[in-house]
Amino acid sequence: MEKRVVFRSSWLPYALVAPQMAITLVFFFWPASQALFQSLLLQDAFAAKTQFVWFDNFRDLFNDPRYLASFRTTAVFSALVTVLGLSISLLLAVFADRVVRGARIYKTLLIWPYAVATAVAAILFVFLLNPTLGVVTHFLRAIGIDWNYLLNPTQAMILVVVAAVWKQISYNFLFFLAGLQAIPRSLVEAAAIDGAGPSRRFWTIVFPLLSPTTFFLMVVNVVYAFFDTFAIIDASTGGGPVQATTILVFKVYQDGTQALDLNSSAAQSVILMAIVVALSVIQFRYVERKVQY
Amino acid sequence: MTFRPGVVRAAVFAALFSVAGAASAVTEITWWHSMTGALNNKVDQIAQKFNASQSDFKVVPVYKGQYDESMAAAIAAYRGGNPPQIVQVFEVGTATMMAAKGAVKPVYQLMKEQNEPFNPKGFLGAVYGYYADTHGNLISMPFNSSTQVLYINEDAFKKAGLDPTKPPTTWPDLEKDAEKLKAAGVSCPFTTGWQSWVQLESFSAWHNVPFATLENGFGGLGTRLEFNGPVQVMHIGNLGKWAKEGLFVYKGRKDEPLASFNSGECAMITTSSGSYANIKANAKFAWRVGTLPYYPSVKGAPQNTIIGGATLWVLNQKDKNMYKGIAKFFTFLSSPEVQEDWHESTGYVPITLAAYDLAKTKGLYEQRPGFDIAIKELTNKPPTANSKGLRFGNFVQIRNIIDEELEGVWSGQKTAKQALDEAVKRGNEQLERFQKANQ
Repeated sequence: MEKRVVFRSSWLPYALVAPQMAITLVFFFWPASQALFQSLLLQDAFAAKTQFVWFDNFRDLFNDPRYLASFRTTAVFSALVTVLGLSISLLLAVFADRVVRGARIYKTLLIWPYAVATAVAAILFVFLLNPTLGVVTHFLRAIGIDWNYLLNPTQAMILVVVAAVWKQISYNFLFFLAGLQAIPRSLVEAAAIDGAGPSRRFWTIVFPLLSPTTFFLMVVNVVYAFFDTFAIIDASTGGGPVQATTILVFKVYQDGTQALDLNSSAAQSVILMAIVVALSVIQFRYVERKVQY
Repeated sequence: MTFRPGVVRAAVFAALFSVAGAASAVTEITWWHSMTGALNNKVDQIAQKFNASQSDFKVVPVYKGQYDESMAAAIAAYRGGNPPQIVQVFEVGTATMMAAKGAVKPVYQLMKEQNEPFNPKGFLGAVYGYYADTHGNLISMPFNSSTQVLYINEDAFKKAGLDPTKPPTTWPDLEKDAEKLKAAGVSCPFTTGWQSWVQLESFSAWHNVPFATLENGFGGLGTRLEFNGPVQVMHIGNLGKWAKEGLFVYKGRKDEPLASFNSGECAMITTSSGSYANIKANAKFAWRVGTLPYYPSVKGAPQNTIIGGATLWVLNQKDKNMYKGIAKFFTFLSSPEVQEDWHESTGYVPITLAAYDLAKTKGLYEQRPGFDIAIKELTNKPPTANSKGLRFGNFVQIRNIIDEELEGVWSGQKTAKQALDEAVKRGNEQLERFQKANQ
């Protein structure tokens, strides 16, 4: 059943959406169209000379085996960040939901990291895991793990994933907790009376009822991993060792703002946008079917 | 969105205030820079002194983030039609700035037009050459320059039974010392900061071998990299071997390794001479400066090292009156007193011969042993085509590529030859792209 609100006035609805439309046009459509246009040009940094080169920037990118390799890196990174971020925060939310005494303190502490800027989160983990001075490194050495993310590609990936996940847990936690609290107690209690254990209650009642939240968070987390994590890479591994943590958005950032090659950067961001649009379409078409509202 | 009244009031006030400021007779010259901490204070001090010395112009230094950030900001401001007057750009950005013919006012031209006394011969050759065009005209104003030196931990040397007054002068000696240090229980005998700059760029100049064709890029946009020659391959191969043996420990791409030297973990480091003040403030052990090591087996070595650091670029101005003030400021800035003071308090090399002489007469180098090693390396021999500097477009990307490939060697995934060949190939793609965009 659809709810409809009917406006008497013919202009009022348009006036009400106008501010939102204006913001979207100015801050999304306009820069996005600029990026599309820039991706077809070849300019010097000062834009003194501009050539229209059609799809040369894209051709150069796809001829670069390293650019293609960074798709795989991005896929691994995003999958890890999304899956780990969602499962850990769901676990924390379930526990926090059960806590009776001092619930507010737990919740506040869990929400805290969200106030930390992405780059600061990365620096925090660099301090903890620095190959020379890190506190955690010290313990890892003690149990026989030679921790040096400067040269070990797997460890570098672990570092950036941990930092990215830690940063995002609070956000996921908030939504999961709200979702859990919206589940009617009566359903869970009825199942308990019928003899279902905690694990069964969770998987057959709570988890399916939570699916709209999980789905929403999955989309948000994928977008986060694809777009918002360049600061983490920049502040920790710088894409290395070799190119072990060069994800697509980091290269966009590096080429555009540090190396001032705006045209290649624009081309990369167009490709990135296409990927995320495609992913979102897939998620909405196939995953959303499993969601029960 | 909510507006806090306080913020709005402050913004209105600021707007009114800036209008009032513009109405007064003093012309403001904005100087974007990337100097932090003690260096930032020094920059402010220089500007204050200049402002106090005359009443027509006021230089306003503004910290605009790190080198790449302030450069990007200046270019964005130029593209937006409202550039600052002066911007400090690191040596890596030189080719990008030089290629922007309409955007930049060359310093030699500025000084000539404004009839300011200006003696290009007064600058150190290695400093001047890096920022001059093919006709020998200075394009940007040298400001902070440094080069690569070796620092050793004397306490660690003593512990290993080595003579702490004798830092190794050659790479084979350094290897022997590193072995002794390791045997004495030092976990990190040797490390290096800025690996591309120290171990490849300046290394090539120091051994008088080319880094790239067309005089390392000075000869034009058609330059292509060639640092995969036998001398460089030998050196990177040695470093790779030492990394495997635990004699060389990799600590990061940029300045991060310095912390490992300061903490006492690493006994030797090759890095910027500009780190002098930092080590002095942080190292809790006796230490000493040595010259950058070389291979005696390479003919002509040591030649001279090349500089790093930054220069001041003048962006084209609509208001021509600005140029008068900028020229006057540059004259003030290059005076021996200002330069000597800058050298003494920061550790950057004196960029004019007059400032160097002034430091000598003041007895600065007796007070601080090793403080003049950097300038001695730079002036060791008259610069050749291989040692006057480097000029590449997309240099930021090229350095990243070199960093990545070197990490492949340190971790044992690649041989020196493979890595350098690959770095040259990938770097040349960047040079081709830059050439295409700027032709």
